[in-house]
Amino acid sequence: MLGSVSRPALTGLARQSVRWESGLFILVVAIFAFGGIYSPSQFLTSGNFFNAGVSNGEFAIMALPMTLIIISGEIDLSVASILGMTSALLGVLWNDHWPMLAIFPVLLVAGAVAGLINGLLVTRAGLPSLAVTIGTLALYRGIAVILLGSSSVSTFPSPYATIGVLPVPHLGSIPWNIAIFIVLAVVFGVVLHVTPLGRSIFAMGNNAETALFSGIRVKRIKTGLFVVSGMICAVAGALWTFRLSTAVQSNGLGAELNVVAIVLLAGVSIFGGKGSIPGVVLAFIAFALLQNALLLTPFNQEAYGIVVGALLLISVFVPQFGALTARIRKLSINPARPVPPIPPAPPTLTH
Amino acid sequence: MTALTDRGQSARPARGADSRRLTERIFRIRESGILAVLIVFVAVTTIVQHRFLSSTNITFVLTNTTIFALLSLGETMVVITRNVDLSIGSVLGLSAYVSSNLFGHHHGISILVVFAVGLAIGLACGLANGLMVSLGGVPSLVVTLATLYIVRGIDTLIVGGNEVVASTLPSGFIQIARANIGGVPYLAIDIAVLVGLGAYYLRSFRSGRELYAIGSSPDAARLAGIPVATRISTAFVVSGAIAGIAGVLWATEYQTIDSTAGTGYELQVIAAVVVGGVAIFGGSGSVVGAAVGALLLSTITSALYVLGISPFWDQAIAGFLLLVAISLDRAIAVRLLAALRLRSSRAR
Repeated sequence: MLGSVSRPALTGLARQSVRWESGLFILVVAIFAFGGIYSPSQFLTSGNFFNAGVSNGEFAIMALPMTLIIISGEIDLSVASILGMTSALLGVLWNDHWPMLAIFPVLLVAGAVAGLINGLLVTRAGLPSLAVTIGTLALYRGIAVILLGSSSVSTFPSPYATIGVLPVPHLGSIPWNIAIFIVLAVVFGVVLHVTPLGRSIFAMGNNAETALFSGIRVKRIKTGLFVVSGMICAVAGALWTFRLSTAVQSNGLGAELNVVAIVLLAGVSIFGGKGSIPGVVLAFIAFALLQNALLLTPFNQEAYGIVVGALLLISVFVPQFGALTARIRKLSINPARPVPPIPPAPPTLTH
Repeated sequence: MTALTDRGQSARPARGADSRRLTERIFRIRESGILAVLIVFVAVTTIVQHRFLSSTNITFVLTNTTIFALLSLGETMVVITRNVDLSIGSVLGLSAYVSSNLFGHHHGISILVVFAVGLAIGLACGLANGLMVSLGGVPSLVVTLATLYIVRGIDTLIVGGNEVVASTLPSGFIQIARANIGGVPYLAIDIAVLVGLGAYYLRSFRSGRELYAIGSSPDAARLAGIPVATRISTAFVVSGAIAGIAGVLWATEYQTIDSTAGTGYELQVIAAVVVGGVAIFGGSGSVVGAAVGALLLSTITSALYVLGISPFWDQAIAGFLLLVAISLDRAIAVRLLAALRLRSSRAR
């Protein structure tokens, strides 16, 4: 994954992102070392890694389409609500005695429709994705609440209900949601880093207008990304429901922040145009293990939020470090700069 | 801005201009749309169920609105500068616990001191956000997402498994949220006055106008000599300070404070702000609109309850309304921009 570091022919941008992933790799190793030294009998066990993975697997799955969306210059804050909505739908349909194999396609369609609504509002109506997906965050969670109200469904049969405690057969101690994550990560990684579609996604994130004039169907691809995100969130919704063996309207509440945190920690630029799937995989490992390692310390989970927040800040400040020192130096040396002539401003709207 | 439109109007054909000008004026007041929705909503609900305008219900709605309206005041100032403050829910939670916890540990402590502590917590968090955003040159979405986690983490560490219960709070403190005149809580009046002052400041003060300028075009604002970093920091400090005060008010209203106080408030407040016509990418909107947005959202909650519709519909309707609001806002903005372009080209 990081074998390309020593290759001389890297462009500046690629070198920068490789360096970011190296940093993440060192972080992961450091967490392993910390956990291993602090409490080897508890931390370095397959059961512990199983728990760390299984309890964060859905965040990781949803982080993959989120990565593509953020690289393309948009954001999807409704992911956790789509998870909750499909989870509630699963509960309702199962309660109505639908066969499980008939429910799955319905969930995928529901997720796709939810994503399509996001995508059309962003690309065709020209609305900012941040605002649209805050709206659909409320809307889709609201539909989950309408579907299930305050009731819950937990009568799922055993092959489904045990995926939170049993690993995938013949695969050691890999939980189901992590196995699905690994498969999806390979697919998303290939699409993003090898195919023309992936290059198009980077291009539109760097400059949507240039991408459009280069013949990239920006609107269609972005709509497609939102649809894919919706479908992946439906998968995460089913996994989450089975893992907890419970469909409730509040499933995954607030998870969008965890997903965004993983993606940003991975070095994906919030402005678009920069990021990688290997980075997301490493960021997820760091995210899950850190939470897990903290459980072993006296801080328990309380310090978890502080650590995740601090990592987020570091992840955005480190690339900015050069610019930051320059700015502070400029402020201290020459506080009063001459004001350049003001260009005639185009008419803008205020009220 | 006004000079430009006035000049343009003289160049337009006279026929039908008056009526068109009037509708345009009404359209241009961004709050008018949301206010109309609110009035229609209240009217329809009242016709169906007269109980809706009873004084008990009005008190209920206003009490529920106060904290959101207050928070939306601070959030609007940040959003106008093309930034966002996601940390307000966490700041509210930290301030609510730390300040109200003082009553249990220091008997007879003055309520003013408690408010001062809440304010100080809010100021500190706001200052941290502001400095990181303006000096660090880092997107506020990321910075405040991080401080959302960090401040909530600090809150959880401080709270542990404890909670502040109503019996430790003095009656004078609890009375702050309950005192009312003819069904209208004093707190709602105070906050309405505060929103009015905020609107006046943003409309008439140089530094207030500069916030809009920064949101419309940060680069142009910088070239025009506006101290962008200072203004943005100030907006975050105000937002943080307001969240700190809102935390103390939250404690007076709910009286049982654990580490989850205010969780998820940031998105509800942003919803109120956007429904109230504040553009999410800065440069336009008003604090009055945002406060009306907050009022509309809690009116919907109450209307569903009064009409006997399951409260489970509440959130979906709020989400749908939010989407309608931003779509309408976009449609109006596009049309106005086209009209302005046409007019300025004719005037030439």
